[in-house]
Amino acid sequence: MLLALLLIPLLAFAAILSGSKARTAATIAAGLNLVLGLAAALSFALSDSSRLWNFSVDVLQRPHIQLSLELFDGMSVIMLLLSVIVTFAAVFSGKAPDGREKLYYGSSLLISAGAIGAFLSTDLFFFYAFHELALIPTFLMIGMLGRGDRKAIAWKITIYLGFGSLVLLAGLVWLASAFGTFSIPAMLEQGPLADASAQKSIAAFLILGFGILVSLFPFHSWAAPAYASAPAPTAMLHAGVLKKFGLYGLLRLAVPLLPDGLSAWLVPLCVLLLGNIVWVGLVTISQKRLDGMLGNSSVMHMGYIFLGIAALAAPGLNEIALPAAVLLMFAHGISIAMLFGLADRIERVTGTLDLQKLGGLAKSAPALAFLFGLVGMASIGLPGLANFAGEVMIFIASFVNYDPAAGLGPVQITCIIAISGVVISAVYMLRAYRSIFQGPAVDCTRKAADLTLSDRIPAVLLAVTLLAVGIFPNLLLSLLK
Amino acid sequence: MPAYYLEALTVVLGLALLMFEAFGPAHNKRPIGMFAVFGLCLILTFNFFAVGPKEGSAMADWPLWNFYQFDSLARFYKGFALVCTILVLLMAMDFRSILSRFTENPESEDGTGEFFALPVFACAGMMWMASAKDLIGAFVALELVTITFYVLVGYMRRNVGSLEAGVKYLILGALSTGFLVYGIAWIYGATGTMNLDQIGEMMPTLENPNALLFGIALVLVALGFKVGAVPMQMWIPDVYQGAPTPTTAFLSVGSKAAGFILTIRVLQPMFVEGSPVATSVTVILGIMAAASLLVGNLAALAQSNFKRLLAYSSIAHAGFIILALAAWKSDTSDELGSIGAVSFYLATYLLMTLASFFVLAQVRIQTDSEEIDSFNGLGRRNPTLALLMTVIMAAMAGVPLTAGFWGKFFVFSLAVEAGLWWAVGIAFIGAAAGFYYYFKLIRSMWWNEPDRDTASVVLPQISRISVMTLTALVVVLGFWPQPILWLLG
Repeated sequence: MLLALLLIPLLAFAAILSGSKARTAATIAAGLNLVLGLAAALSFALSDSSRLWNFSVDVLQRPHIQLSLELFDGMSVIMLLLSVIVTFAAVFSGKAPDGREKLYYGSSLLISAGAIGAFLSTDLFFFYAFHELALIPTFLMIGMLGRGDRKAIAWKITIYLGFGSLVLLAGLVWLASAFGTFSIPAMLEQGPLADASAQKSIAAFLILGFGILVSLFPFHSWAAPAYASAPAPTAMLHAGVLKKFGLYGLLRLAVPLLPDGLSAWLVPLCVLLLGNIVWVGLVTISQKRLDGMLGNSSVMHMGYIFLGIAALAAPGLNEIALPAAVLLMFAHGISIAMLFGLADRIERVTGTLDLQKLGGLAKSAPALAFLFGLVGMASIGLPGLANFAGEVMIFIASFVNYDPAAGLGPVQITCIIAISGVVISAVYMLRAYRSIFQGPAVDCTRKAADLTLSDRIPAVLLAVTLLAVGIFPNLLLSLLK
Repeated sequence: MPAYYLEALTVVLGLALLMFEAFGPAHNKRPIGMFAVFGLCLILTFNFFAVGPKEGSAMADWPLWNFYQFDSLARFYKGFALVCTILVLLMAMDFRSILSRFTENPESEDGTGEFFALPVFACAGMMWMASAKDLIGAFVALELVTITFYVLVGYMRRNVGSLEAGVKYLILGALSTGFLVYGIAWIYGATGTMNLDQIGEMMPTLENPNALLFGIALVLVALGFKVGAVPMQMWIPDVYQGAPTPTTAFLSVGSKAAGFILTIRVLQPMFVEGSPVATSVTVILGIMAAASLLVGNLAALAQSNFKRLLAYSSIAHAGFIILALAAWKSDTSDELGSIGAVSFYLATYLLMTLASFFVLAQVRIQTDSEEIDSFNGLGRRNPTLALLMTVIMAAMAGVPLTAGFWGKFFVFSLAVEAGLWWAVGIAFIGAAAGFYYYFKLIRSMWWNEPDRDTASVVLPQISRISVMTLTALVVVLGFWPQPILWLLG
């Protein structure tokens, strides 16, 4: 059954190529996937029969490699949910330039299929390969339909992520050969790798490889320009879903299999993640355009999730950090996708994203203002919205193993500094809100149209998700038990 | 049917084609091509039913089997040569307009008929190389291939580039033939036999391996010419660029694969249990691999001509394949060894390379240019073709879920297992560079605007079907590589 989640977008892609109406085909495929994904999550939560969903077939006997898609645990299910929700919103809210519909919707479907495949695969090869499948259309979309200096920006993300993927591949192959298998469940059964020095080296490869893919400081400089330039669905899908692949990979592989390796790199990791939160946070404040600000803010928020991983890497059992990190990944994915979607809407009705040229949009577009305000608050971390639950849990998780007698450890110190990031988020998000929606209306905003009914569907879907998870985090957390 | 019928039939087919061309219509050579393709397809079918000598039968005592063998590897490489020749002939059929433009009479196709017969003779040579068991037999087969190629490379005799390529190929080819014969003489002097099986048997008892080692080094250098590896790679860029595109495709796939099967046959006795030369041969191969990887990949970075880029990338691919040989490991029933990895790599290489040459040949005909720039804006002019080309280039770069990934993957696994860390590092740099220069083409197809005056490239029917089939295979094998391993037996 899970195979259908992959086949539907791929078949729709083929249909688009062979001449079907691109938007209709893509929306139907994304809608079907949304329903299927929700059904899979429900059956995983409610019954033990979720095995019926699994799919597995051998592709190679020596070495043994399988295409196996599983609802392996709550983390896979949550990532699947994130993928199908954001895909639907991205496909539904996008508006292709004339004559480019095939590319626009086709690429979105490929990115989505790649992300879903990566999150569901329990074989190391396909786990990696599906992510690559999603990257290439991302590059193509930015290079073809991006804004600004699209070619240079797209070339930069291609080189960066291509290199990151190669480093990651080296690490994964090493991991597989150390365990003698490509099957992730079989590795998890064997437990942490015995050889300490191999653990440390493989962990370095994985942190670097996944880190580049997740825009870990100082390998983040591809991200903000790429998101600012990318067409809205690409930015939504990459920032919202695909980038979570790196974090998912660290949580899935590095944390359980290389615990000592990770904790050996704990201090450097803490320093780098503070770079994400503080340094990139300050850069975000100084942005003069909304798209640049959102791109940087998405890089910045990766720091919190890395903090969750650091808390897991620190010695001692930590039962909160994993759910916290997963919850925040989900919340951030939904909120950043919604922000990019709404920013695209703002640009379409006003013609600009320059914060200084905008103002007073709330009067002519109240619904847009309300939804943007809501998701802005979520992004800052206001209680009642999903991001808050995740961030607070991560801060708590950082202190789970705090021993007053031993003094503050690196994770605790990092956490204390990282909390300042909440203020930074508030500063840039509220400033952006003020300069776009409040104050006197200017020419470009005076007659701007508000969201139409069909525009509201994806935004409301995302907003409801944020609220639901914010008020009842257990919706997701119960899946992780 | 007995296996040696295959070569005999191929040669007969070649002769029949020459007759057909002499007495057939002068203005249109397409029927000759169709006839050749049909005949080769038939021989390809026979290849699956061919058998070697049965143990104890009368046939097994024939002296033929002293210099001819038929095992699953021979079957695989005979099939490989046939498939490659068929595709090259198909490519040549769509390339007739350029061929006739640069031969005797530009108005008609008179004088292009041999272009469909010569590859068939080369194919017979390649098939024989796959069965080589004796150094002299191998040498004769190899010369049959090489001499045919001298003609094929310089075929467009009214084109300066093609002539220059022909002369270069002739001079360097003759030089490498010299190396080969000299090396064979040394091997014979050291071991007293030309038979590869016997060389393998006497290897553990060899007292002083130095003479043998010198012979092997010379032979490897000469074979390096066939496969396009450093130090005999100088001819590749110019010859590839100058030769008619179908010839280039044939050189870079058929000739290379034939060179590799012969290399495998020559190396097998060197790596038997207790061989005194195994370590030294590993070192020689390791150096050749690393140098080819560096030269091929780094030089390809700067190319702006797509055919030259493919030429350098062909050196780089040779480097990867030799790396698998350097990390020698015997094939067993449950694990893929060096021979399996090399064969697998070559099979995927055939699909990707021939597909890109099909496209390149048409780009050359329709835009009169082979620069990467001539692909500008192909994503708008012909999105389907651009999509196919994207898949092929991604496969060349070794992106997962394409066939190209698995070849590189097997090579890396073997090298890591053998502990050739420095070579792994160099191969890693090579793979990264490859990612860069293959994506340059993808970039120009999708991101750059089309030049105003360039025509839209449309593939004629034969090329279109071939490219689509090859690309589909690249994707299917990317998900499911097992079929090639089945073919390997």
